[in-house]
Amino acid sequence: MHVAHLSLTDFRSYESVELGLEPGVTAFVGPNGQGKTNLVEALGYVATLASHRVSTDAPLVRHGAARAIVRTAVHRDDRRALVELEINPGRANRARLNRSPVSRPREVLGLLRTVLFAPEDLALVKGDPAERRRFLDDLLVARTPRFAGVRADYDRVLKQRGALLRTASMARRGRRSAGGDAPGSHGDVLSTLEVWDAHLARHGAELLGARLELVEALRPLCEQAYAALAPGSGAATLAYRSTLSSELSSEFSTGLGITSDRAALTEQLLARLLEVRSSEIERGVTLVGPHRDDLILGLGELPARGYASHGESWSFALALRLAAYDLLRADGGDPVLILDDVFAELDSQRRRRLAETVAPAEQVLITAAVPEDVPSELAGVRFDVAEGGVARAG
Amino acid sequence: MYEGVVQNLIDELGLLPGVGPKSAQRIAFHLLSADPTDVKRLAHALLEVKEKVRFCRVCGNVAAEDDCRICRDARRDLHVICVVEESKDVVAIERTREFRGRYHVLGGAISPIDGIGPDDLRIRELMTRLADGQVTELILATDPNLEGEATATYLARLVKPMGVKVTRLASGLPVGGDLEYADEVTLGRAFEGRRLLDV
Repeated sequence: MHVAHLSLTDFRSYESVELGLEPGVTAFVGPNGQGKTNLVEALGYVATLASHRVSTDAPLVRHGAARAIVRTAVHRDDRRALVELEINPGRANRARLNRSPVSRPREVLGLLRTVLFAPEDLALVKGDPAERRRFLDDLLVARTPRFAGVRADYDRVLKQRGALLRTASMARRGRRSAGGDAPGSHGDVLSTLEVWDAHLARHGAELLGARLELVEALRPLCEQAYAALAPGSGAATLAYRSTLSSELSSEFSTGLGITSDRAALTEQLLARLLEVRSSEIERGVTLVGPHRDDLILGLGELPARGYASHGESWSFALALRLAAYDLLRADGGDPVLILDDVFAELDSQRRRRLAETVAPAEQVLITAAVPEDVPSELAGVRFDVAEGGVARAG
Repeated sequence: MYEGVVQNLIDELGLLPGVGPKSAQRIAFHLLSADPTDVKRLAHALLEVKEKVRFCRVCGNVAAEDDCRICRDARRDLHVICVVEESKDVVAIERTREFRGRYHVLGGAISPIDGIGPDDLRIRELMTRLADGQVTELILATDPNLEGEATATYLARLVKPMGVKVTRLASGLPVGGDLEYADEVTLGRAFEGRRLLDV
């Protein structure tokens, strides 16, 4: 798969830009703050319907404009898809596929698949569990677009259930201070809680089961990729820590002993919810479910977080992305690789190894501040980016 | 901004669902240029609807008298009740002419975010209707979204001990549509709810 054309209108710093792209390596070179990352961010947005840099859409629209438009022509085998997105901050975004409107932007997910490496990836290793959950869920959606719906449903159940727990929590406190049973609806809260439990368990089991299978598939790929990037520095391991079991905390080398069977997971989630009900009502938050899980990264015998050096952390983050790339490629259709300003962060050995690993990809897009940051293995087309303009060099 | 009264009208119209500032302005100017008797008739209809329309004592549907047209109709089957969220859902189901039982309008769906719990819906009234044992089937026709499903699950659990048959409307493919245009969730549901083809 490769992107043959990218056109931006009022996206970030660009009022209007048209770019013809080819398979192979393309580098965007220019000083910082000139808009290199904006180009690849737009492609990432088409692939995931979210930016890798900001969580809201407003910053994506050029200052003073009402909406931003991103158009891409994606070639896959001999087929060509034209994906157009209209980004409307504060309102629903709109999407068109091959010039026809689709009912929901979500329907264009999966047409363009990208794997994006960015300086922000360091947070995969050093950051909060939320970063790693997002990595897993984004990859799930990239492989199976249906999971965008599963994820949205789960978040919605979580919100509803959270609101109910907060009400129950306040009612309990109120009753305590009133010294006796206030004529509240505590029994009522409990009976509706059971309903939300059932929905949480069902949607949660689907998400959890898919994540467990995903980690299982990523594990060998990540270990290989890490060994290639940083040979001789201990094996990179992946393990999933679930709120369903407290087993894992000390074990980094093996996986969870829990099943990915959806029906069994649903039962287990329901049982755990029952166990923690009292403290959930006490604290007013949902304590069990995939929204509190973590992907545990280990190096040799130690957890990567807190123990890995800066270089090791970088290698681990890259290994995760490379594993994601391998997995998507194995599903069929080479995803577009995007390397946003990553070479400057790496020592020469890791630089070379990364370059060797990504060179065979159908399309690689690189951003760099100076041409010297692009390894010689990745020589290709170069665009110079300056002052809101993009021009082909040479 | 327009002169006081005109702007007032635009602001009021703009509060209506589905009416944005531009539409509000268009409606306001349409009314300004319209025949005074037409406008009076509209104003009268607006006032009348608030004065005269009530909610049916039995099912909670909009009614012009104490009981709604459907609950008064002796030809309707007393043994089946169809539970819906809003009165407009009654109209939608009536259009099918498939259902000959009676309705129960809940007045919404369970949604803790909006502060709506079972006590805020007409569930107690439903239980009263079921108490005499005349009803043999309860059809849950709440919306097929998360809140509607939660409400249906809640009702099913509540009613189960009473020995009434509880059914849920099927989810699945639109009739006359193409399979390829169905979204994954709908198609997935249709698979879940597939049935034996009796030939």
